[in-house]
Amino acid sequence: MGEVKLFWTWSSPYAQRIAWALKLKGVEYETMYEDLGNKSCLLLAYNPIHKKVPVLLHNGTPICESLVILEYIDETWNTTTRLLPEDPLARATTRFWAKFNDDQVLPSAFQAYVSKGVEQEKAKNHTLEKIDVVEKQLTGKKFFSGETLGFLDLVFGWIAVYLEIIEETSGIKLLDKERFPLITAWKENFSRVPVIEENWPDKEMLICKYRQMREYFISKAAASKGTVS
Amino acid sequence: MAKHSEIKLIGTPASPFVNRVQFALNLKSINYEDIEENLACKSELLLASNPVYKKVPVLLHADKPPICESQIIIDYLDEMKPDLYQLLPPVSLDRANCRFWATYIDTKFYPLYDELRRTTNKAGKEAIKEQMIESTQLLEEAFIKSSNGKTYFGGDEVRYLDVVLGCFIRWIKYSDELHDFNTFDEVRIPKLAKWAKKVSSHEALKSVTPGTETLANIFGLLNVYRPPYDQ
Repeated sequence: MGEVKLFWTWSSPYAQRIAWALKLKGVEYETMYEDLGNKSCLLLAYNPIHKKVPVLLHNGTPICESLVILEYIDETWNTTTRLLPEDPLARATTRFWAKFNDDQVLPSAFQAYVSKGVEQEKAKNHTLEKIDVVEKQLTGKKFFSGETLGFLDLVFGWIAVYLEIIEETSGIKLLDKERFPLITAWKENFSRVPVIEENWPDKEMLICKYRQMREYFISKAAASKGTVS
Repeated sequence: MAKHSEIKLIGTPASPFVNRVQFALNLKSINYEDIEENLACKSELLLASNPVYKKVPVLLHADKPPICESQIIIDYLDEMKPDLYQLLPPVSLDRANCRFWATYIDTKFYPLYDELRRTTNKAGKEAIKEQMIESTQLLEEAFIKSSNGKTYFGGDEVRYLDVVLGCFIRWIKYSDELHDFNTFDEVRIPKLAKWAKKVSSHEALKSVTPGTETLANIFGLLNVYRPPYDQ
């Protein structure tokens, strides 16, 4: 099915979902590691508008934006595990929750991660309210996509990997087992799926990187406000 | 629009996102019923149908769960009846291209107009207009590539990106008049300017395009609920 390359960084939740999708589909691909502090000319050429990872290159043609890439992968390698459901209504529901995650949940969690004090408390509470909504989507289900792992699990997969990294590096509690029993159980099931387990970023390395990144974001915010952190 | 249709659309005439879905329904010759919403006083139906965002449009199809978010609704309409007028192209790479630009239009291009409305200082407004110029230049290039010398993004016929971007034209022109700007400038972006005129006059869009008074009302409402930044 042609030459496939993935421009990514090992610590990006958006790029991670693409790597999982390709592995689940059994697609052979070449990894192009990006240092986001020093982006390659290739990445800037393939994604001139957003200049971000992930970018999928298929037979020399770039596809950008992770949700667009996921749909492309599902349509193109369509003889193996399907990620999106067949039914149009189920597909619409999947797309809605994927968009909710990317527009609301992830950015809210990021805000809680990069802030401190009163601002962080506010962002944390917003994030918890949004995770309440996510929790309800698992009612009666083992995975977000139903009995087996699918599109929505890959989209929400960052919760399994990154929420504890955010907790560890920014000193807040987000994944409360009592408040979110379904997500807690899902995280166990998700992390045990062989392809997911075999492609899990190193926790200690993530903690180290996310600690550094948090300091960078906090200083940057302070500098732009004209205060010293 | 037929009453007691299998398909109902909760919306308001002035919302470009609602117009987008109406445009798509008209192209597909799908009968539907408009359920007009008062955004200043949202109905129980809307709040129950879209509890997450409480926004229009919402598509109600027979007794199925409601579908929210205009791009998701259009995808659903394409997939629900694949033998009807298809908006997305058949080839995966072309579909990815459409989805990419649709996301760009909704998250990077269109929000500039709300920013412009809410920014009151002159320097701020000029900076946003510069971004609009850059953005429309990107859309001009996207149009040239997608249209392949033909009339629309979709070629000879109106397709996905024509619907996704076309629904904003009237709204944009109203904004342009308020802020002394010309988004679809014929010198700066000749191809897109020509496209904007052509798609605006397409019957499937023209029939749902709001008039000036309707737009004035909605802008007034926006100034109350999402006021300018220094108020």
